Amino acid sequence: MTGGWLAGKKSQFTKEEALKEYFTFLADDALILGQQLSCWCSKGPVLEQDIAIINTSLDHIGRARLLYQELAKLKGNGATEDTLAYFRDHQEFRNALLLEQPNGHWGDSVVRSFFIDTFNFFLYDGLRQCEHLVLAGIAEKSVKEIAYQAQWSAEWVIRLGDGTEESHEKVQKSIDDLWMWTGELFEKHPVFETLGSGFIDFSSLKEKWLDKVALVLETATLQMPDQESWMQTGGRLGVHTAHLGFILAEMQSLPRTYPNASW
Amino acid sequence: MGTNVSLEENFQTYVDGENKVEPKDWMPEKYRRTLIRQISQHAHSEIIGMQPEANWITRAPSLRAKLILLAKVQDEAGHGLYLYSAAETLGESREKMISDLQSGKAKYSSIFNYPTPSWADMGTIGWLVDGAAIQNQVMLTRTSYGPYARAMVKICKEESFHQRQGYEVVMKLAQGTPEQKAMAQESLNRWWWPSLMMFGPSDDDSPNSAQSMKWKIKRKSNDTLRQEFVDKTVPQAEYLGLTIPDPDLKWNDARGHYDFGAINWDEFYDVIQGNGPCNKERIAHHVDAHEEGAWVREAANAFAQKQAQRKKNTGAAA
Repeated sequence: MTGGWLAGKKSQFTKEEALKEYFTFLADDALILGQQLSCWCSKGPVLEQDIAIINTSLDHIGRARLLYQELAKLKGNGATEDTLAYFRDHQEFRNALLLEQPNGHWGDSVVRSFFIDTFNFFLYDGLRQCEHLVLAGIAEKSVKEIAYQAQWSAEWVIRLGDGTEESHEKVQKSIDDLWMWTGELFEKHPVFETLGSGFIDFSSLKEKWLDKVALVLETATLQMPDQESWMQTGGRLGVHTAHLGFILAEMQSLPRTYPNASW
Repeated sequence: MGTNVSLEENFQTYVDGENKVEPKDWMPEKYRRTLIRQISQHAHSEIIGMQPEANWITRAPSLRAKLILLAKVQDEAGHGLYLYSAAETLGESREKMISDLQSGKAKYSSIFNYPTPSWADMGTIGWLVDGAAIQNQVMLTRTSYGPYARAMVKICKEESFHQRQGYEVVMKLAQGTPEQKAMAQESLNRWWWPSLMMFGPSDDDSPNSAQSMKWKIKRKSNDTLRQEFVDKTVPQAEYLGLTIPDPDLKWNDARGHYDFGAINWDEFYDVIQGNGPCNKERIAHHVDAHEEGAWVREAANAFAQKQAQRKKNTGAAA
């Protein structure tokens, strides 16, 4: 981690710190994606899909709440789900960079969802057996929603890929453009080793993810980008793109303007 | 020839007997047109009404509030869908209704032509706007057209939930810091009169109302519904410690109702005619989303056709 833009980032974690970090990965992923998807409200291509995408946003934010509530207990010191969502700045967020990428057009948002939903499906399916019982419970509840989300986004990738010439080109570009943000999902991180086999090491999901993505893209008549291409990194260490600053500025504006208020 | 009763007379007797009219029943053309206008206008109101609230989803001040608001706007989309379907039973296509909305031919509730600059508006809209809508919709659960009446039963349940949630948002503000209380009052000031306007013109100036009452599409006059709303809402404002912005508002013992001041009907008609602060913005937003989604809808249709063809080919081969 030395000699690059991630210099100086923490690489040693106690078990207690690692657990908080792990919850932060999951919670921030859910919140940032839920926040992004909620921007589609009233802007969907057809009313039924407006409802569907709001639904996925609701699921993500609902899951973020459960995760932050547990994280708040681990952190203590008066932390709540809302202090965690509203009073941390970008360098304290641990979401994958993929999720803070702009919504773009319907194809861009659908592909972003497809990449993360497929990852989340394998992740939460595995976490049902997590040694941390609260997390196992959250996973048990979430995996049903995630299975639906993964199906929804995969179906849209297929529909756009195998739809018209225009949609094929557009969604192929979405896949190519977003691809460089996917490698980070499977990065090795010191916390996985610290936590041990009772948790899911994200890097263990890569093969399953690649197989599933390849299958869907083939059905969609789309090209899979080069798996060896350069991948971006930083989100799990708190090094973000400029997009996150705007997302947080918007999301946090009211509680930060009136820090003594309760809502 | 005493048996020579016209279809219209038969229809009136049927409706007078508190029977529900169903899609395949004969109905006067004007009854059908009135219902299409009213139901599609109601559907459009749900859909356009998503915008002033969606505007605050990304900025909701707690995760719980964000979730509640998202769910509420999702319900509204669902109501829109449900109502478009009810209007389709009268032979009007959704494409036609949407194109009438976008061209300005069809109207939606004028209340949504006002902006939502404040978080408090998310409470006030639930409390007053949904409250006013419920006043109207409870009546519509007994409307003479079956599919509309049944749609209203479901919608009313969700709307009264929204109203309670809205009231809760205002209550938290009213009981919060001085800044929050000021926020609630400022919002009430802006929404009170437009909410009263939601019931439509005074009975004396509402030409279509009499026929709608006769056909039992409508069961209470605009002024009656407005009075019920005022009577119900004043004590709620008092409980919150907020002041309704009407110096003429006072209890009238003789009438057993609150008296209230004169509505600015010029503002009402101006906003209906397109001069509200957000008329252009609301339609432009809808048109933009629709146009930006065109390639997606085309792709979905093309894919569905390919799938149907493949199925047919597989069937033929088998």
